[in-house]
Amino acid sequence: MGLFSFLRDKFSKKKVDEETKTYVDGMEKSRKNFASKLDNLSKRYKEVNADYFEELEEILIEADVGVSLALRIIDEALEESKAQGIKEPKQINELVVDKMFLGYATKGGNIVNEIAFRNDGPTVLLVAGVNGVGKTTTIAKLAYRYISQGKKVMLCAADTFRAGATEQLTVWANRLKCDIVVGKPESDPASVAFEGAKQAKANNIDLLIVDTAGRLQNKINLMNELSKISRVISKEIPEAPHEAFLVIDATTGQNGVVQAKQFMDCIHLTGIVITKMDGTSKGGIILAIRDELGLPVRFIGLGEKMTDLEEFDLDKYLYGLCLGDEA
Amino acid sequence: MAFESLSERFQRALKKIRGQSRLTEANMDEMLKEVRIALLEADVNFKVVKEFVEQIKQKAIGEQVYLKLNPSQMVVKIVHDELVNLLGSGDSEIKYEKNKPTIIMLVGLQGTGKTTSAGKLAYLMKKKLAKKVLLAAGDVYRPAAIDQLKQVGAQVGVEVFSLGTDVSPVEIAKQAKQKAYNEHFDVLIIDTAGRLQIDEPLMKELNDITNEVSPNEILLLVDAMSGQDAINVANAFNSQLSLTGIIMSKLDGDARGGSALSIKHLTGVPIKFAGTGEKLSDLDVFHPERMADRILGMGDVVTLVEKVQEEIDEKEARRDAEKMMKGEFTLEDMVLQMKKIQRMGSLTSLMKLIPGMPSISEEQRVQAEKEMKNLEAIVNSMTPEERRHPEILKNSRKIRIANGCGKTNADINRVLKKYDQMKLAMKQLQQYKKSGRMPPGGLNGLGGLGM
Repeated sequence: MGLFSFLRDKFSKKKVDEETKTYVDGMEKSRKNFASKLDNLSKRYKEVNADYFEELEEILIEADVGVSLALRIIDEALEESKAQGIKEPKQINELVVDKMFLGYATKGGNIVNEIAFRNDGPTVLLVAGVNGVGKTTTIAKLAYRYISQGKKVMLCAADTFRAGATEQLTVWANRLKCDIVVGKPESDPASVAFEGAKQAKANNIDLLIVDTAGRLQNKINLMNELSKISRVISKEIPEAPHEAFLVIDATTGQNGVVQAKQFMDCIHLTGIVITKMDGTSKGGIILAIRDELGLPVRFIGLGEKMTDLEEFDLDKYLYGLCLGDEA
Repeated sequence: MAFESLSERFQRALKKIRGQSRLTEANMDEMLKEVRIALLEADVNFKVVKEFVEQIKQKAIGEQVYLKLNPSQMVVKIVHDELVNLLGSGDSEIKYEKNKPTIIMLVGLQGTGKTTSAGKLAYLMKKKLAKKVLLAAGDVYRPAAIDQLKQVGAQVGVEVFSLGTDVSPVEIAKQAKQKAYNEHFDVLIIDTAGRLQIDEPLMKELNDITNEVSPNEILLLVDAMSGQDAINVANAFNSQLSLTGIIMSKLDGDARGGSALSIKHLTGVPIKFAGTGEKLSDLDVFHPERMADRILGMGDVVTLVEKVQEEIDEKEARRDAEKMMKGEFTLEDMVLQMKKIQRMGSLTSLMKLIPGMPSISEEQRVQAEKEMKNLEAIVNSMTPEERRHPEILKNSRKIRIANGCGKTNADINRVLKKYDQMKLAMKQLQQYKKSGRMPPGGLNGLGGLGM
């Protein structure tokens, strides 16, 4: 039987653990939409036909999965349903979710969500993204996560452009009681990052998280600035930044793929953090990004509190999106 | 990685229907499929896409295809025009109060650009409209949001009203309003915290602010990059707050911004401003034309529209030319010709009909404009009979005309001379046409068209 029922088995037989519950709660609104639509659809049709597949396609598109990926998933499901003689709507739905799961899971790379720490000095994480996706908040959440794990964390405020950005990160550093390196407003962000790397080394920091200004991926100068930040860090700490996360807002539409592509070309991205998943958006763009670029999601932001950050888990994501109500 | 533009998509669908002169349900199906995908890739909500495509179909069926366009280009044009129609309808002006402060409240999801837009609006109103603007810092939740607004306010040079983070946003709005009234500000812009539309306590807070200060404008910030869910967000904000407008932010990115269409289509709330860059001056009045081009992913729409325009001109020109060739050229025709030349700025469409025709420079154009006015004034002072048969113009008539339009006899003679030249050129052209050759070095007489 399909993966879908495997998922359901996995999560209904096992007691729903704490983390799964966070997903289920956080994604309640997203799920309500998506899952109930799938469910409604299967109830309205006795047997699947062309209209049914069209409606399925619309549900996927509405989740921001993207047109071409949605079309492909549906085509594959259609073919397989024909080959296996499946006509029952519910089974078709399961087939579709299978395809989504497999598509993501088989894109290669052994994905470890947690940051891989170096033992020969500070591990550096560079955080980038377009404007307003929640970089600074995500950094605070990540810092909280690793401080809680007993790591020595330092923040570096290399967003010297946006008004109030340094202050915002400083407020978080005070709340988290961790070190922070700041530069003067409008100063060269690369020099702040360099100073951050230096301080991190001098203070035996485990994790240095570098905040950067939001930048739209089509602004060449700003993208060059970002790669300069990355280069300058590696001058102080070879091989750093060891991790570079692209923060993507769950409300992002098809432009998300373009974003990921451009940022990948500019710095060595090691993963995505998808934010604002507690809203009604389904964040399907992460499937399209993975499909086209192979970039995996590492963490998922589910709320405004410091604790509202979870490791990304495909099972749980799809489970939350598609099955949560049936649990 | 960038998506194909609609016209690129059409290239493929096109082959089947090349040369068909009317749009029918059958020949449009393929193209409408492509329209659908293009709109979906631009993040237009799928329900809106459905309705919109249906509308396009109804509009387009039976439509005559312009000669210079192929059927697919015709569809692009119809889609484009319909987009412009839809995006542009509704009042996009801010109405300012005369004797009291105009109150504007900015609302939206987190990270859509409220604080930045507050600064940009303040800049626009202060610099362009010379308004006295007060900014109110109503975001007490996000760390350093007030700092950000203060810095933005300082850059623009407007006052920022803040009560710190321990006072409720409703109270801040209330006191800001009092201050705006007492100190005779023209505009009060209230910045609010970003919030999810499903966050009931925070949505109630916006309602409370609205009840307390009754804003003239409640503007929702919409990120140009937002996807299918944008419409749910806009609907929720609109139903709870009765929005008066939308600001599209981050339009300097390369997202297609289809949510603009979704929101406009389903809520009817007009799009008033567009954020087009990181500087405080980067806020534009919304241009439906540009947005339509963007959604379709094509810079080539402009060319297309020009082509159509050209075709219309060309048809007229062809008719005129035929008329001229028959020797039916009158002073009225001359005025019409001149006007057309003036409008086009160059002789492009006529040049295509008449090889060897010189184009005119900018300098000549300005001169031509001046003379055009003379010509019009003179011809307008003639009787219809005189316009059609200038040869009857004797001295007494010329004096009457000169008096009528405030010109001199000499001016009138100049016009008549030019007319004779053009008429002669037409005749020449006709002869060359008959002989099947064009005159070497072009037609000097017609060069006078440019004056």
